Amino acid sequence: MTESDWPLFEVFIRSRSGLEHKHVGSLHAADARMAVEHARDVYTRRQEGVSLWVVRSADIVASDPEEADALFEPARDKVYRHPSFYAIPAEVKNL
Amino acid sequence: MQTETRTDTRTEAQQQQAHCHYVLRLADTSLVLGQRLAEWIGHAPALEEDLALANLSLDLIGQARLLLTYAGELEGQGRDEDALAFLRDAPEFLNLALAEQPNGDFAHTIVRQWLIDAWQLEIYGALEHSSDTRLAAIAAKAIRETRYHYRFSSGWLVRLGDGTAESRQRTQRALDDLWRFTAELFAPDGIDERMSRAGIGASLPELASRWSARVEEDLRAATLTRPATQPFPWHGKRGVHTEHLGHLLGEMQHLQRSYPGARW
Repeated sequence: MTESDWPLFEVFIRSRSGLEHKHVGSLHAADARMAVEHARDVYTRRQEGVSLWVVRSADIVASDPEEADALFEPARDKVYRHPSFYAIPAEVKNL
Repeated sequence: MQTETRTDTRTEAQQQQAHCHYVLRLADTSLVLGQRLAEWIGHAPALEEDLALANLSLDLIGQARLLLTYAGELEGQGRDEDALAFLRDAPEFLNLALAEQPNGDFAHTIVRQWLIDAWQLEIYGALEHSSDTRLAAIAAKAIRETRYHYRFSSGWLVRLGDGTAESRQRTQRALDDLWRFTAELFAPDGIDERMSRAGIGASLPELASRWSARVEEDLRAATLTRPATQPFPWHGKRGVHTEHLGHLLGEMQHLQRSYPGARW
């Protein structure tokens, strides 16, 4: 068995308690347990984190770049969705 | 009165020497196993495994450094960790003979690792409560590393044993080849008994059954067969080694032997 036979996993690390897990990269492993161990050895050697997630890359459902226009363009002209669009009345305190 | 004092001094000296050798045995087992694992660097079956084995190796060498430094202090002849690691010959090394066995195929490396990890779990677990506070502190640090090593090696044991027909056959062969060296793990000699009585060392007979139960459980999960017990223990910890240790030391010590005192 060679590494290319092993499925790819995506690795997420929580750097400190209270923070979210962030994607840091990927690796090959034969199973989930091995993936956690590899993630520990490859990505947390310098105290990068306090928690790990691994997810099979094949299980991630991604948006299609071909559809990027349809998915993301319509948000472009809706500036009123940003809070900065609204002028705050002077009477409103502590906002 | 004078004779009595002389006897006391001699007993004390013997105790001190036993203490030093006891620590040296732990140090050398970690050092030699760490050196063996380092031989995999650049050759492991996958990049990720390369890093994993190097990681185990560094942990073990780190343990060896602390223990060698301490052994040198107990010896009191001015030898530091480097002098002990690089300037002793094979008969002066007191590691378990199992630790010096060649890497073989990946299954041999895993079986050797798993057997020693399970042993270190018991030994360091007991030494955390040693009356020797320095040794207890080293054990407390080391056992956290060992728990991970054991997780790694027992995971692989099951993966290989309960894997394909070939991986199973290779792992069983590795187990059959290496099993004869396990008789040494829990066979106490005079030094072990002396240190155990003083509350410094672990009581090996008490730990043997726990190790055995753990090994049994893992073998069942890995669908492997426990080989028959070998009555004759090797005595690596008394300096009686297999022919493999000399070759390992030849490589490990080459630089210091060729260029004495060389530093980074």
